[in-house]
Amino acid sequence: MPVFHQNRSSIVRIIFACIFLAITGQLVHLQLLSPGYKAAADNNAVLRKVIYPDRGIIFDRNRKSLLENRLSNDLTVIPAEARGIDTIAFCALLNIDTAEYKKRMRDLIARNTSVKPGVFEALLSPAVYARLNENLYRFPGFSLVERSVRSYPYHTAAQVLGYIGEVDTAFLRRHAGEGYEQGDYTGMNGLERSYEKILMGQRGVVCYTRDNKNRIQGSYENGLYDTAAVAGRNLYTSIDVEVQQLAEKLLRNKIGSAVAIDPQTGGIIAMVSSPGYDPEMLTGKERRKHFAELLLDTAKPMYNRAIKGQYPPGSTFKPIMGLMALEQGLITPAYGYPCNGAYYNCGFRVRCEHAEAGHAATLQKALAKSCNSYFLQLYRMTLDNPVYGGAENGYKKWEEYVHAFGLGVKPGVDLPGADMANVPTLAKYNAALRGPVTGCNTLTLAIGQDRLTASPLQMANTMCIIANRGFYYEPHFVDSIENETAEDKGLLGQYRQLKQVTANRAACESVIEGMYDATQYGTAAAIKIPGTDYCAKTGTAQNPHGDNHSWFVCFAPRENPKIAIAVIVENAGFGSRWAGPIAGFMAEKYLNDSIPASRMAEVERIASADLIPAALRNWYRNREKPAAEPGTIFTGANTLVTGITASTFTAAEDQPQRTNLALSNEQPVLVNNSKKKKERSR
Amino acid sequence: MSRNERNISSGVDFTIIWLYAILVSVGILCIFMVEYRADTNWLQSFLGGKTNYSKQLIFAGVCAVVATFILLTDSKLFTAFANLMYAFGILLMLATFVLGKNINGSKSWIPLGGGFNLQPAELCKIFTALALAKFLSRQEVDFSRLRSQLIAGAITMAPAVLSILQHELGLALVYSSFLIAMYREGLPAQILIIGSSFAILVVATLILEPNILAVILTVIAAVIIFLLRRQVKRNKGLLTLIIGIWLLCVGVQRFVVPYIFNNVLECYQSTRIYSMVGKEYDCSENVKARKKSASEKPVRKPDDYNVRQSKIAIGSGGLLGRGFLKGTQTRGKYVPEQHTDFIFTSLGEAFGFTGCVIFLLIYLFLLYRIVKIAERQRSVFSRVYAYSVASILFFHIAVNVSMTIGLFPIVGIPLPLISYGGSSLLTFTVLIFIMLKLDSDRQMVLR
Repeated sequence: MPVFHQNRSSIVRIIFACIFLAITGQLVHLQLLSPGYKAAADNNAVLRKVIYPDRGIIFDRNRKSLLENRLSNDLTVIPAEARGIDTIAFCALLNIDTAEYKKRMRDLIARNTSVKPGVFEALLSPAVYARLNENLYRFPGFSLVERSVRSYPYHTAAQVLGYIGEVDTAFLRRHAGEGYEQGDYTGMNGLERSYEKILMGQRGVVCYTRDNKNRIQGSYENGLYDTAAVAGRNLYTSIDVEVQQLAEKLLRNKIGSAVAIDPQTGGIIAMVSSPGYDPEMLTGKERRKHFAELLLDTAKPMYNRAIKGQYPPGSTFKPIMGLMALEQGLITPAYGYPCNGAYYNCGFRVRCEHAEAGHAATLQKALAKSCNSYFLQLYRMTLDNPVYGGAENGYKKWEEYVHAFGLGVKPGVDLPGADMANVPTLAKYNAALRGPVTGCNTLTLAIGQDRLTASPLQMANTMCIIANRGFYYEPHFVDSIENETAEDKGLLGQYRQLKQVTANRAACESVIEGMYDATQYGTAAAIKIPGTDYCAKTGTAQNPHGDNHSWFVCFAPRENPKIAIAVIVENAGFGSRWAGPIAGFMAEKYLNDSIPASRMAEVERIASADLIPAALRNWYRNREKPAAEPGTIFTGANTLVTGITASTFTAAEDQPQRTNLALSNEQPVLVNNSKKKKERSR
Repeated sequence: MSRNERNISSGVDFTIIWLYAILVSVGILCIFMVEYRADTNWLQSFLGGKTNYSKQLIFAGVCAVVATFILLTDSKLFTAFANLMYAFGILLMLATFVLGKNINGSKSWIPLGGGFNLQPAELCKIFTALALAKFLSRQEVDFSRLRSQLIAGAITMAPAVLSILQHELGLALVYSSFLIAMYREGLPAQILIIGSSFAILVVATLILEPNILAVILTVIAAVIIFLLRRQVKRNKGLLTLIIGIWLLCVGVQRFVVPYIFNNVLECYQSTRIYSMVGKEYDCSENVKARKKSASEKPVRKPDDYNVRQSKIAIGSGGLLGRGFLKGTQTRGKYVPEQHTDFIFTSLGEAFGFTGCVIFLLIYLFLLYRIVKIAERQRSVFSRVYAYSVASILFFHIAVNVSMTIGLFPIVGIPLPLISYGGSSLLTFTVLIFIMLKLDSDRQMVLR
């Protein structure tokens, strides 16, 4: 049979070749020109597990851990890769609705851009974690990151320890090249922030291969790309957790602060700012909610009053005034001032609490009785000291001296944001007074009023100086660091360096004598530390915010002092009434290791006393009112509801954890609703 | 009877046998790559008969026996029994409707017992090739006549239609490859051109908005009328023809294609085709899906997971590949059905572009060799048969590889001689070795 269409054989071959060429073309496109596929394959199969090092642990002076690490899992997401996932199924896994999903995605993109990983849900519960782990392959862009989370076995010292939070873009920009990555945590405040470099350690990476069901198949390339994690180093602080807890308890329901320092080392034993909060609030799942609550709280629980608070020191400044006069040779300890209840020498009257004759016959007595006139006189003598020629030069000298005591100087404490408080400079005063400074127009500086302010930490430090008879170590928390390096030694060096304020031991002894007398028959006589002689000075500082602040500074024991304390309770009246006992119990706890049961009732009394200013209390009350006012129901409801809130408020106060205002505020609302329902059903 | 005393190897094209052997070996290696687990003794599992690569090895042995057997038979047998076998094949396919067993959603398997199943549609490829060859080689057939073309078409279409009824779209498509063989035998090129134009129209329908496409078609028609305005003036019939074609195209685009996608194809098929052009198909418009969702469980929304993972696997190979047994996509089992339909991905990932091109060149060489063999036949039967073999192989290779690299929607078509599966391997072995037998007897005058 003749062969027709022979030429078609070549056409068939050409068709074959063309199709194969097309296939080759696509292969060129896929294999040679699209590097993305390789990345996609790695993304599929290589599980780059970041090994977060354990952050260093912070111990107290008795090697009790103030905070620890607990393992948890975060769900992170790269929003750009998560587009087009089955949102409904995903939300069902997490028990959220799609609106919430969208909102979180929007937030993440706004915070981190859509190509960087961000935490979609932090601290998953084990059940959610298991559910997610099983189904994660269906949701590209999402991954689970194991990380250790802080936990606080003693629930204490929140403002000192600070908290950790996720780094943001701005932080990364500031700290480029320091090994931070999106999604990392960093110390945001307190010691966590000050010692971030030591606590953070070094992140490690382990690459695994995984299969389509997200099961790990083994290491990738035999660990070629792995790096080991280096754990953060521990900090050993001078905090005594029991004293800290006691101080927090005593300051409950009060606005105020307490600082205790070991004068022999400068190590801070306790630092409390009240109201505070439970540090656990800023670790768990509800972190963000709690954070907002704390931020919005008018009493500012996150504000560390111990280092930021600026209070007029009031009478607690008098020992410094006395010391200054003695050192400059203006007076001898036997110098007396005939105070009869007020100081008139400037043409106006400055009141003194005492009117009986001879209460300021000597420096010792004046300190013990806290005579205003005596120290006003010393101040005038200082400024008008003929040696300096003129009040302005005298003021400069005074200012210099006060600075030497650490007032008006930024403390070197190892917490971020310590305030220098205020010792007005001469220039500022002159400007403010529209004339030169004289002993009279700045008179009340002598008794710690006028524009003089100090933080509780600074006041505690002045106590250290007096207790040490003239020197101090910069107050600090961290005594030593695990595996201390040369760099750490440099860092801690400033805290190990003795700072001499005055070499005049005799002058110090005279002041101490007066402060001791204060605890014997003077203003602090009511406060005793069993078995210990101690020295103290009370303060009742006038302030523009309401009732006088109650101040108390002391150190104990008198010889070879081990603890120096400053306590302030805002708007609480006389220093000996509230601040004094608090300081006393702190010293007792620290020195005697325990407080006898017979005295515990007094501790409880102080702890349960509510000295929160009325304005704040009103604010809390309003916040705890239910959001929906029953305006449409009968008129009686309104008064009824307010009545209930008031009563529930006191109920909340009785709860032991009064610091957790935010936590306890849900309960009253519930009670309200149920009552309302009953009302309606009737 | 001197022929019978000749060695069976005489006249056999050893190039093909070598290529065949190489491809089968590559296939077993590929399956090995897919199934390999680091913690097992591979030699033991190779001989154990439990793993797929070991099974494929056994299948290869069986195929060697069958191949030898075919080479030992008389080639007259195939011409003589061609029609009978075709009838038998069709009968088997019909029998599946009664005896059929449901495997992976297609009711195209006849259980043979002992865990083996027969897919008559696979076998029918051979029978159809033989029957087509038989028909075209008849003296009285003039393939330029429409009647013969229709009969040839019917021979190839009958198993295809039966396959569609068995929900085996892929196998049905394979039968269209006979067009190539028929084209070689004189099928008018116009049919192919019209066919491909239709294909372009369908693709355009998928890609473009209906209204835009209608406008484009109208513009094309207008331009043609404008260009041919003199002829049109002289011959009104031409105008009618153009307008008729225009109407037809718009009709296809507007009604036929949506009808096919919504009413003829399954939801998942429509989705796959739409995902090819990067679009989403709304299954709620699919009648079958609606019926199913009304009666059974809701239709799961299929995605392009397969293609995506397959492309990732191949794309991650790069120029030289990740190396034997080192592909992460393969090891992690990211590509579904990797040992069968997506076997090409393991090759692409392990050996990269270089490996793929070499592999494709082996295939191309095989195809060209078959075409060469076809052209040297003296009998029309042998030539048509050889062309059919080349066409079927080509179609399988082209569609399978294209679908793994995202050029074609996913249809269940194995890669010849490579994919795991006894039926498929046996079918291709028989196809090729019948051709070799016919070739070795090419000096004989067959009808």
